[in-house]
Amino acid sequence: MVGMQTIIYWVVLLALSFPLGKYIARVLDGRVNWLRPVETLIYKLGGVRENESQSWKAYATGIILFNAVGFVVVYFLQRFQASLPLNPSGMSQVSPDSSFNTAISFVTNTNWQGYGGESTMSYLTQMLGLTVQNFLSAATGIAVLAALIRGLRAREVSSIGNSWVDLIRTTLYVLLPLSLVLGVTLASQGVPQTFDSYAATNLVQATKDGDGKPVTTQTIALGPVASQVAIKQLGTNGGGYYNVNSAHPYENPTPLSNFLQMVAILLIPAALCITFGEMVKDRRQGIALLVAMTTLLLLFMIPSIAAEQNGNPKFVSGGLTTNANWEGKESRFGIENSAIWATATTAASNGSVNSMHDSYTPLGGMMPMILMQLGEVVFGGVGSGLYGMLVFAIIAVFVAGLMVGRTPEYLGKKIEPYEMKMASLVILIPCGLPLICTAIPLIFGTGQSSMSNPSAHGFSQLLYNYSSMSNNNGSAFGGFSANVPFHNYLGGIAMWLSRFALIVPVLAIAGSLGKKKVVPVGAGTLPTHTPLFIGLLCGVVLIVGALTFIPALALGPIVEHLQMTAPAGGVH
Amino acid sequence: MREFIVAIRVFIVLTILTGVLYPLAVTGIAQAAFKDKANGSLITQDGKWVGSHFIGQAFDDLKYFWSRPSATSPVSYNAASSSGSNLSATNSALMEAIEVRVKALRDADPGQKEAVPTELVTASGSGLDPHISPAAADYQALRVARIRGKSVEEIKQLILKHSTGPDLGVLGESVVNVLELNLDLDKK
Repeated sequence: MVGMQTIIYWVVLLALSFPLGKYIARVLDGRVNWLRPVETLIYKLGGVRENESQSWKAYATGIILFNAVGFVVVYFLQRFQASLPLNPSGMSQVSPDSSFNTAISFVTNTNWQGYGGESTMSYLTQMLGLTVQNFLSAATGIAVLAALIRGLRAREVSSIGNSWVDLIRTTLYVLLPLSLVLGVTLASQGVPQTFDSYAATNLVQATKDGDGKPVTTQTIALGPVASQVAIKQLGTNGGGYYNVNSAHPYENPTPLSNFLQMVAILLIPAALCITFGEMVKDRRQGIALLVAMTTLLLLFMIPSIAAEQNGNPKFVSGGLTTNANWEGKESRFGIENSAIWATATTAASNGSVNSMHDSYTPLGGMMPMILMQLGEVVFGGVGSGLYGMLVFAIIAVFVAGLMVGRTPEYLGKKIEPYEMKMASLVILIPCGLPLICTAIPLIFGTGQSSMSNPSAHGFSQLLYNYSSMSNNNGSAFGGFSANVPFHNYLGGIAMWLSRFALIVPVLAIAGSLGKKKVVPVGAGTLPTHTPLFIGLLCGVVLIVGALTFIPALALGPIVEHLQMTAPAGGVH
Repeated sequence: MREFIVAIRVFIVLTILTGVLYPLAVTGIAQAAFKDKANGSLITQDGKWVGSHFIGQAFDDLKYFWSRPSATSPVSYNAASSSGSNLSATNSALMEAIEVRVKALRDADPGQKEAVPTELVTASGSGLDPHISPAAADYQALRVARIRGKSVEEIKQLILKHSTGPDLGVLGESVVNVLELNLDLDKK
């Protein structure tokens, strides 16, 4: 079932996360300085007062202003791309609703794509709009996490760092060097990196289009792909250069490029657990969270691989060699690599794909859907996954505190009503948004009219896509016609809320915890690095997710699975 | 207000760094170190481009190996607009499409009685998959050998020549590049 590739993947991923995590901790604590002259120049040009420390409100203001500027720039780049330079293939301007949706999507680290990249975006928009946001939305996530960690370890201070310094240092010392190395490596595997226009080549055998007209040439979409793909994976963005993302043989040409991209998807989210342990000076705390995330992901990855290998029972009876579900999967990757990717990319809020999730078996496709619905805390987005998981840890110690009747504490900080109110917001918004946003289009009929597959799977498409946008993931059941004004606007609002309506309470927790004094560990303190706590944490994440989503899942993938496996003449 | 101006200034500086200098740096290194790959691994024959090593083409002529089905529109293997079928496992259109493809393969080679390799009749994710499995190539070897008047052994040698993977002995699947195999067949 689970083969060598899964094992190698996990070994390499976890081995790399330790040194990288320690390095990021040093970056966030200001102890890495090998690009000091560049860093100083950026502070000067940006007007940043490097040594100024901010309250949580000032920090949040900085983050939101910065992202608002990003939204405006990406929106107008798309609206005016037809008259801007670097558009050799003559892309026209993008519609207002699609530009709105895409701008929010890339600013919020969602990278949901209602459009097809190679048939919509100019090279300029891809570089100056989308690639830039791939970096900056990732830096935003890590900055907010850094602020929360500082709140947890601080002793009675009201400052949680400087948002500009965190954004700039993360970009300069972490994201740029890693992307440069990965981008060049991907180009060596065959990912294009050029500013030439699309290539027109002669077909070996002429063919005919839908109207019967002969076609003798093939237009091959090129561009600066490698640079964008590198950061799309490292920053848990996931927005593809091409429509089919990393299933495209240019975006992901070889099994080796596939392996490197799969590692890149989870690398920084895994490393940040180690960073956390380093920064709070208790490595066990970080390792405990990494173990919890790994356990939760394996719980869904293994069944997804098995479901795709068992495949579609109609195949063999239809005269084919195997039931393995090859529909929507690429020959060079195979079934196992496709399902590893599908679950890794949805556990992380990455959302890039190397196979078409819409064509997965009902259960194979349900696993990625649940991983998003758990609130993107199983690895999750860079920074955002871990700050989400830390909030779940606060909930877990609170639950444990209730059981024994003690004031809960986490890392020596008392968890009191204010923190619990903020934590509840962070937990409840990702529970409510997907369900509400699935229900609204059903009421107006726009949900039904966009479904491309019949019956239960049509509902799964709607549920999957709003689970994706409402958790900043970005992957899709791609047959669904999402690029219409209704879904573009509703989805845009969902993506904005699920990002910034969580960032503000997280920073509020950081500010409030920072002011508290540290209480010494006593006999009644619940240790938060033990297997017991890891189990408790996983349990809380699973129970919140299950209670919220099982009814909806029963209407989609679960009933579809029963339809698929029912004997002929049975259930219809 | 000061914070707003800082936001704009930092945004501009980081945009130049990540949106201009970074892509240019990757382009510079890639074009210097592996120009051919950075430009799309295009295949030249008699001074003309005849495709890319990584982008599949549609074949239905009996003398060629056929690629996997492609769901791109308006033509299959449209490399300017990649797409999968996005048909669900329970959509009756999926099995109907597979039945048509199985029939086409059987009609093309009535002597071939074995089960049809699944991936040869299911649409790829990109609609541009340049590969088929060695089993899917072997399945078609009888037909190609018959039409071209070659021995099956000779054809299978060619298949082997154009097979690659798994990478590093373990990653991914063993695959055959259909376009390069067909170009090679035409040379002989």
